[in-house]
Amino acid sequence: MQAVLSSDYSFAQFRFLQRLLLVHGRWSYLRMCKFLRYFFYKNFTFTFVHFWFAFFCGFSAQTVYDEWFITLYNLVYTALPVLGMSLFDQDVNDAWSFQHPQLYVPGQLNLYFSKKAFFKCALHSGYCSLVLFFIPYAAVHDTVRGDGKDVADYQSFALLTQTCLLFAVTIQLGLEMSYWTAVNTFFVLGSLAMYFAVTFTMYSDGMFLTLPSAFPFIGTGRNSLNQPNIWLTILLTSILCVLPVVTYRFLFIQLCPTINDKVMFKVRQAKATLPPPPRRPRIRRTSSRRSGYAFSHAQGYGDLVTSGRFLRRPALPRSSGFAHAGRTTTSFSPMGRSAGYSPTGRPQNAKVADVEVTSLQMYRTIQDAAL
Amino acid sequence: MMASSYNAKEEDGHNSGASNNGGAGVVKSKKPDNTAFKQQRLPAWQPILTAGTVLPAFFVIGLIFIPIGIGLYVTSNNIKEYEIDYTGADINDACYNCAKNFSWNSTMPCVCSVPFTLEQPFESNVFMYYGLSNFYQNHRRYVKSRDDSQLNGDRSALANPSKECEPYRTSEGQPIAPCGAIANSLFNDTLELYYIDSNGSRNMIPLVKKGIAWWTDKHVKFRNPGGNDNLTVAFQGTSKPVNWRKPVFEMDPSDPENNGFINEDFIVWMRTAALPTFRKLYRIIQKKSSTTPTLPRRVQIEPGTLTLRDDHYPCELQPTPNIADTPQHNRN
Repeated sequence: MQAVLSSDYSFAQFRFLQRLLLVHGRWSYLRMCKFLRYFFYKNFTFTFVHFWFAFFCGFSAQTVYDEWFITLYNLVYTALPVLGMSLFDQDVNDAWSFQHPQLYVPGQLNLYFSKKAFFKCALHSGYCSLVLFFIPYAAVHDTVRGDGKDVADYQSFALLTQTCLLFAVTIQLGLEMSYWTAVNTFFVLGSLAMYFAVTFTMYSDGMFLTLPSAFPFIGTGRNSLNQPNIWLTILLTSILCVLPVVTYRFLFIQLCPTINDKVMFKVRQAKATLPPPPRRPRIRRTSSRRSGYAFSHAQGYGDLVTSGRFLRRPALPRSSGFAHAGRTTTSFSPMGRSAGYSPTGRPQNAKVADVEVTSLQMYRTIQDAAL
Repeated sequence: MMASSYNAKEEDGHNSGASNNGGAGVVKSKKPDNTAFKQQRLPAWQPILTAGTVLPAFFVIGLIFIPIGIGLYVTSNNIKEYEIDYTGADINDACYNCAKNFSWNSTMPCVCSVPFTLEQPFESNVFMYYGLSNFYQNHRRYVKSRDDSQLNGDRSALANPSKECEPYRTSEGQPIAPCGAIANSLFNDTLELYYIDSNGSRNMIPLVKKGIAWWTDKHVKFRNPGGNDNLTVAFQGTSKPVNWRKPVFEMDPSDPENNGFINEDFIVWMRTAALPTFRKLYRIIQKKSSTTPTLPRRVQIEPGTLTLRDDHYPCELQPTPNIADTPQHNRN
């Protein structure tokens, strides 16, 4: 009991360790790393834009964005989507995690968030901030509206830049997320909608007339967001920020795919080609448990029983993974039984070539070159 | 943090926690519910970047953006613009002589005339802008230096302007209306356009000075204290900004809708620019009719000219003024 109280994780049976590590530990690492990388990205991008603007405002530390936007950016506009990603994200589901324990290796090698990953994130932010400042700068540089009035004023420029920023970081979040639940989708789209709602409220007449010095941006939304060139600038900036990332990732997936990419492709193929798992075989067993110890003087009919030749479940070519006795899962698994388990360590089922030979050491990972 | 009674799927049908005390009463299981939410099995869309998605997306983006770009470029190039620099910094400039010795408290206005000829006639409405370069209206202390409550007609702010306006908050013991550095540096050049026709006579071109500011600025953000009448009385007890020649209630005495804080030139100036080189709308030249070009070019042998006459903005603030005429279109 004391051990439980003083530990981070405790569980009652050793077999739970597998799920803890391969499913929850892995997901936790993935989520933490994605969260950290994205958080640094969005805040660096947000901040570096001020650095570029400094060259054009006399280095006076004038903010590019509306002050309210700066306050609410991390609080309201980007808080929930990131939270959603770090709570719900998964790359593959738990069944596939069991089948491919190699997916655990990136965690062991600290691949997802290291100094190199941080540096790449900072570079990415630098590039995005350049795009986010200079494209609106160029768009606003010598521009007027159709009726001749101003659209190159500070407030319109601030609104334009902050909207571009929010779209860019939201699309980037969309690229990072690989598991879009309804909650996530609601958070992402809701935050964007919240941005527009809050912005229009703060730029409205009512708020200004209550507290003039607190809401000086009155009318800016109405006067600049009805200009088509503003929206085109927003579209252009967001796409330009995101396209290199998409290209880079796509090329990497095609040319040197990581273990995650490979498994995710397999998942997609499995979903596409195979019928859904609920198809039950005709023979139903009351218990799918296969574990058990049995001792006898002679070898007996153990081979016949465990070969499963009298059962009509085809043994599909296994990819990798390992047989874990004492547990079967309802999802599809290439080896639906604990075939080959032998207490004596002797290879059994030698007649059935496609059954894996195991030994007492049940849990081992197999480096499968085919994967 | 994993709970000790960990749900190991369907095989674990019993509580592995310490909840089986064997006693009577309800023993609550610590096992988390087997719901999709708690077991992280929520239905989800799992997109991955495949060639079948990415490559068509690139093509579509290209197909959409390139025509938009071409359209914008062509439209933008069709806008006719003519820019005249009248700084008077160069000795050959028309405005050099009077600009050289001019300062903000000079009594004699600096009047100079710059002749120019348009290559092509300008159709439709023509907008006249003044532009400044290297004028940092986006400097942080400058942007802060205003009092929006005072500009909205709040009487208490009129008498007691905000601290942000320092050092342009009070002058000679009285509060300044409008206070702040932005108001103080109001652009006060007067530009007039004359058209010299074939006879050589100068005809003044009518310039419209209303309708140059945003509607929300003119009607919501800027208000005169106590309404638009009797501004002299309303502004009693305040003094004009330090670098102004006339007080704010004499900006346009002929038109009460354009006097005081709601003067449109003032509103346009108070909308600070984002970049150090900017232009602001000064006047509009209305189009005459569908057939007559608004600003015709000269086709006679002697080159005709359009002249402008201005009272010069004080050189000590180092702007580079220029005017630009732009016919009505969105210009990028």
